[in-house]
Amino acid sequence: MAGDSHATTVTEHATDAAHGAADAAHGAADMAHGAESAGMPQLDFSTFPNQIFWLIITILAIYFILTKIALPRIAGVLAERKGTITNDIAAAEELKLKAVEAEKAYEKALAEARAEAQKIAAETRAAIKEELGVATAKADAEISAKSAESAAHIAEIRDSAIEAVDAVAKEAAAEIVASLGRPVDAGAVAAAVEAQIKGDA
Amino acid sequence: MAESKASTAQKSGNGGKLFLGGAIGLAVLSALFLNTGTTAIHPMDQFTVKPLFGGDHVGMLTITNVTFWLAMSVLAITLLLVVGTRGRAIIPSRAQSIAELAYGFVYKMVEEVAGKDAVAFFPYIMTLFMFVASANMLGLLPFSFTTTSHIAVTAVLALAVFLTVTFVGFWKNGTKFLGLFWVSSAPLPLRPVLAIIELISYFVRPVSHSIRLGGNMMAGHAVIKVFAGFAGLMAVAPFSILAITAMYGLELLVAFVQAYVFTILTCVYLKDALHPSH
Repeated sequence: MAGDSHATTVTEHATDAAHGAADAAHGAADMAHGAESAGMPQLDFSTFPNQIFWLIITILAIYFILTKIALPRIAGVLAERKGTITNDIAAAEELKLKAVEAEKAYEKALAEARAEAQKIAAETRAAIKEELGVATAKADAEISAKSAESAAHIAEIRDSAIEAVDAVAKEAAAEIVASLGRPVDAGAVAAAVEAQIKGDA
Repeated sequence: MAESKASTAQKSGNGGKLFLGGAIGLAVLSALFLNTGTTAIHPMDQFTVKPLFGGDHVGMLTITNVTFWLAMSVLAITLLLVVGTRGRAIIPSRAQSIAELAYGFVYKMVEEVAGKDAVAFFPYIMTLFMFVASANMLGLLPFSFTTTSHIAVTAVLALAVFLTVTFVGFWKNGTKFLGLFWVSSAPLPLRPVLAIIELISYFVRPVSHSIRLGGNMMAGHAVIKVFAGFAGLMAVAPFSILAITAMYGLELLVAFVQAYVFTILTCVYLKDALHPSH
């Protein structure tokens, strides 16, 4: 009813304002009346049995589709996914533990290897030291042997040199005596030379 | 003309009347300037129940546009929840994701709002939610019919909830269910008064429950239709198309929110029935 009065007010004003547009204003009034006469289809009670009947059929159909097919299926999928995720997480935990174990084993092996290496190095060092000691001792022995040999050699050379000096002295003395025109007594000359050398020595 | 618009606006008290007055003024204005003759806007025509295969009489078993669009919502729900999940995939497809999302959304709502023992009613509540949500959404298709905009439909849904909840309340708790109306935390002299108020509010529930949904659906669609009527007039067409677009976006939100509200209220009522003590 309120809409009706507005519509008439509008129409009146419209006709007042513009005479030439009376047709158009009339059209607007028609429009307002049309909407009014249609009313609300929601309140047309004659269609209620039809709507309610089909609604109940629809709701029952949806309920059956949901309870028989859709909801158990979705619930199953969700449960399965949850199970899969739980299993995967458990498997991941297990693998993580294994990885930690493997790391420990690796570190242990590494430490062992390092200890072994140190041991080997120490052993090698000791062996080298020992060998070096032996070699040094051998070299010392060789050196002392060589020097003894050399000393002997030097003594020999000195002896032979003295002998040569002896002989040369005797010969020279005999020559000197002979050049003085005296008979040479070899024995006397030798004895004199030997006495002289011994006196010098 | 501005005067006439102002006078109508002043006479009409609330926003709706102001809007209607403004709209009619605008219609007259455009009709005058463009002289396009009659522009009939019948925003309520879209709600008319019509037989689908000729005839005028709408009997109980007549196949009407209501029947068709109810069947469409069954089809939509079947497509989403049955066909969409046929893969039963661990890694879901898009349709299956949406179906699972809907399932989880309603299941969580039932569990959190109505309690763990209300899970037995989950299929029932899921049916309500899926029906209301799909009917609301289908109603937004151009030329479609919104079944949930009819009070006959929403009242049946709300009454079904009301009767179920009342029956469950008495069946699970016996006469203790009446404790719902006896506010034991209030001072004794106040309790009879509160009991009357609680009783009235209990019986008003199905009314508000149904009219909230039906009214929201009807109002939004009617407003879109009014704007659509103006879209035929050159002068206001851009504004009206913009308004239709904005209203459509809002109506999408309203369609979902009203389905959500209807469902969550059902859960709240169910909680009262299962645990009537305050």
